[in-house]
Amino acid sequence: MSVTTETLQTVQSVTEGTYKWGFETDIEMEFAPKGLNDDIIRFISARKGEPEWLLEWRLRAFKAWQAMSEPRWAAVKYPPIDYQDAYYYAAPKQRPKSLDEVDPELLRTYEKLGIPLKEQEWLAGVTTSPDGTERAPVAVDAVFDSVSVATTFKERLEKEGIIFCSISEAVREHPELVRKYLGTVVPPADNFYAALNSAVFTDGSFVYIPKGVRCPMELSTYFRINAKGTGQFERTLIIADAGSYVSYLEGCTAPMRDENQLHAAVVELIAHDDATIKYSTVQNWYPGDAEGKGGIYNFVTKRGACRGARSKISWTQVETGSAITWKYPSCILQGPDSVGEFYSVAITNNFQQADTGTKMIHLGPRTKSTIISKGISAGRAQNTYRGLVRISPRAVGARNFTQCDSLLIGDRCGAHTVPYIENRCMSAKVEHEATTSRIAEDQLFYCRQRGLSEEDAVGLIVNGFCREVLKELPMEFAVEAQKLLQISLEGSVG
Amino acid sequence: MLKIEGLTATVDGKPILKGIDLEIPSGEVHAVMGPNGSGKSTLAYVLAGREGYEVTGGSATWDGHDLLSMEPEERAAAGLFLAFQYPVELPGVGNATFLRTALNAIRRARGEPELDAMQFLKLARQRMRELSMPEDMLKRSVNVGFSGGEKKRNEILQLALLRPKLAVLDETDSGLDIDALRIVADGVNAMRGPDFAALVITHYQRLLDYIVPDRVHVLMNGRIVRSGGPELAKELESEGYAAIQARAA
Ligand SMILES: Nc1ncnc2c1ncn2[C@@H]1O[C@H](COP(=O)(O)OP(=O)(O)O)[C@@H](O)[C@H]1O
Ligand SMILES: [Mg+2]
Repeated sequence: MSVTTETLQTVQSVTEGTYKWGFETDIEMEFAPKGLNDDIIRFISARKGEPEWLLEWRLRAFKAWQAMSEPRWAAVKYPPIDYQDAYYYAAPKQRPKSLDEVDPELLRTYEKLGIPLKEQEWLAGVTTSPDGTERAPVAVDAVFDSVSVATTFKERLEKEGIIFCSISEAVREHPELVRKYLGTVVPPADNFYAALNSAVFTDGSFVYIPKGVRCPMELSTYFRINAKGTGQFERTLIIADAGSYVSYLEGCTAPMRDENQLHAAVVELIAHDDATIKYSTVQNWYPGDAEGKGGIYNFVTKRGACRGARSKISWTQVETGSAITWKYPSCILQGPDSVGEFYSVAITNNFQQADTGTKMIHLGPRTKSTIISKGISAGRAQNTYRGLVRISPRAVGARNFTQCDSLLIGDRCGAHTVPYIENRCMSAKVEHEATTSRIAEDQLFYCRQRGLSEEDAVGLIVNGFCREVLKELPMEFAVEAQKLLQISLEGSVG
Repeated sequence: MLKIEGLTATVDGKPILKGIDLEIPSGEVHAVMGPNGSGKSTLAYVLAGREGYEVTGGSATWDGHDLLSMEPEERAAAGLFLAFQYPVELPGVGNATFLRTALNAIRRARGEPELDAMQFLKLARQRMRELSMPEDMLKRSVNVGFSGGEKKRNEILQLALLRPKLAVLDETDSGLDIDALRIVADGVNAMRGPDFAALVITHYQRLLDYIVPDRVHVLMNGRIVRSGGPELAKELESEGYAAIQARAA
C-alpha cells in the first residue's frame, strides 16, 4: 500500500485526539549501558566499525560538549534533563544484511506507520492514492531507534550514481565523501545539542547526488523512536554536486510514553554550483498527552550551505508533534546569486511549546532569501517564531522577504514573533511582515451553516491559513500533512 | 413546512425579534421585506443558529424538527441553507475545496455517497455554466477578492450544489446589476418545486419581479406588521414603509 493510502486510513481511523502512532514494537534490542562518557562513545563507534578518525572526531565533540551548557534563550520551559539517565545506543539485535532479512516485526511496524519497506509493493503497482491517481515511488531509509534498518531502491538509484544509504554505511563505503563534508556546515562544537549529537550520533541518512543528475524519485527517511529511555541522535548529510537536484523528505513518530524523550538531530546540506536541495519535514513526534505529560523534546540543528553560484536550498517544515520543538533550519548563502527558502507551519496544541524559525546568512552578492512562517496555537500552547536575517557587507544587492503569520485558537495560548535583522549592506533590501489573527466567529459559522462540523471547519480554515507553505510540500505528502494539521487540533474547539 | 411561532430573540441583551409568526409550506416562496434594522438578518441568523443571537421565546420547526435545539451544522444537514447578506472570506481555502467539503458533508448527512474530486468538478462546472460564472472562481480563495456580485453568485452556486429543502436568502439582490440579478433569480427559480421552500429577504421590490413570491410579509421593528400576496410588494414600493407603519399602528 502506498504511503499516502495507508497513512490516510490510519489518519481516518483516528478519533478524539488520540495519537495513532503511539504503539510500541516488541523486538529484541541491544543497548549500550545507560549514561554518557568516553567509553560509551567508544562502544558506539566500535559497534559501527568506524575508522579511528571518526572516533577521534566524536571524542573531541564530547569534550567540547562537556564544557558547554544548555541554551536557555529559547521561549520554552522544561525541567533539567539528566543526560546520564538515558541510553545512547539502542538497536534491534538482528542486523539485516539485505531487505529480505529485515525482521518481520519491524516490517509490520513500518507498515502500520504507512511506510512500505518492500520495494515489490511499490513496484506491484499498489502505489495509487485514494483518488486513484498514480503515485511515483519514494525511496525510504528507515531508522529505528539508533540504526537504519532498511533502505529501499538503492540499486535503481545507484544506476544514476546516486548514493542513498545510512550514514553508518556511508562511513564504511564512502569514507572520503563523509570525511570531506561531515561537520563542515554544522561544526561539532556549534551548539550544545549539535556537540552532543556529534559525540553520540548513531544513524541517519547519507545522500550524494553526482554532477548534473536530477534524482528521479523522492528520497525520504523515516525516523522512529521505539525503545524506552532512549534518545535519538541522528545525523543526516546531503550533498548535491554541481547542477544536480534532489527532493528529500523526513517523517517521524514515537510511542506514547509518560517520560520525555530527547531527539537531538543534526542535518547538514551542501549545494554546489547550480544545485538545488529541497528538504521537507513532516514532524509528528509524540507531543505528550492533553495534560502535558510525556512527549519528545525535539532539539535539532539543521543547516544548509549554498556553496555554489546559483545554488538553492529550500526548507519546508510542518511541525505538528513534539512536546518541545527547538529548531532553526538555516541557510548560509555563500555562492553568488544563491537562494535560501524557509517555509514553515508550526502547530501547537494543549501544552506543546515550539520555538522555531530560521537563519538566513547572506554572504554572496545578489543572494536571495524568502521566509514564510505560519504559527498556529491552541489550548495552552506557546508558539514562537525566532528568525535571523544577516546581510554581510559583501552581499551586494541581497534581498530578503519575511512573512510571519500567527493564528490563535482560544484565549489561553500564545504567539510570539522575534525577528532579528542585521543588515550591513547599503544596497540590500530586507522586508518583514507579521500578522496575528484569530479564527473569526463568522468564518466558523459560515462553514457550519454549510454542514461542516466545528472541528472540520477549524481544520479547513487552518489549512487555508497554511496554504502558502503546504503547497511547497511534495504532492505525495501534502495530503497527509493537511490531515495531520487537523488531527493536531482535535479537542481545541468547543 | 417551516413553522415559526411567537419567536423572540435578543442580540447583546437587546430585544430584536419581538414575536414572529410565520408559516411557509413546502413548495412556496415567501418574501420578507422591511426597512434597514428591522430584524431581517436577525431572523435569518436565528433560524440558522448563529452564536450571539439568543432565542428568548417561541419556536421554529422545519418538517417537525425543532430547529432551535440543533447545532448549525445539524440544521444544514436537515436541509436548511442560508445565503449570507455578507458572504464570509476564507483566505487560502480554495473555493473548490470548500464547495466539495460542504457538499460531501451534506451528502453524508443524507446517506448519499461522497463525490470524489473528478465527480465534483464535473458537477460544479455544469452548475457554474448555468450561472454564467467563470471557472477560475473555483481556484480562488473563498470570497477573497470577489466583487460584491461574485460573492452573491457564489452563494447561489452553493445553493445550486447543495440543493437544500429550505433556503433563506438574505438580501441576495443587494449590490447586483440587472444581469446578475436575473442570473441569481434564475438560480433560485430553478430550485422551485414541491419539495422546496424559500424565505427571500429583500429591502427592495425589484428582486420580486424575477422571483415571484407566493406571499409577502412586512417586518418592522421585530414584528410582522402585514402579510399579503405579491401585490403587497408593489404597494410598498410606491407608498414606502412609513405609510405601512402608520396604517399598522
Ligand atoms: N451583532 C450585533 N450586535 C449588536 N447589534 C446587532 C447585531 N446584529 C444586529 N444588531 C441590531 O439588531 C437590529 C436588527 O438588525 P438586522 O437584523 O441586521 O436588521 P436588517 O437585516 O433588517 O437590516 C439592528 O438594530 C442592529 O443594530
Ligand atoms: Mg440585514
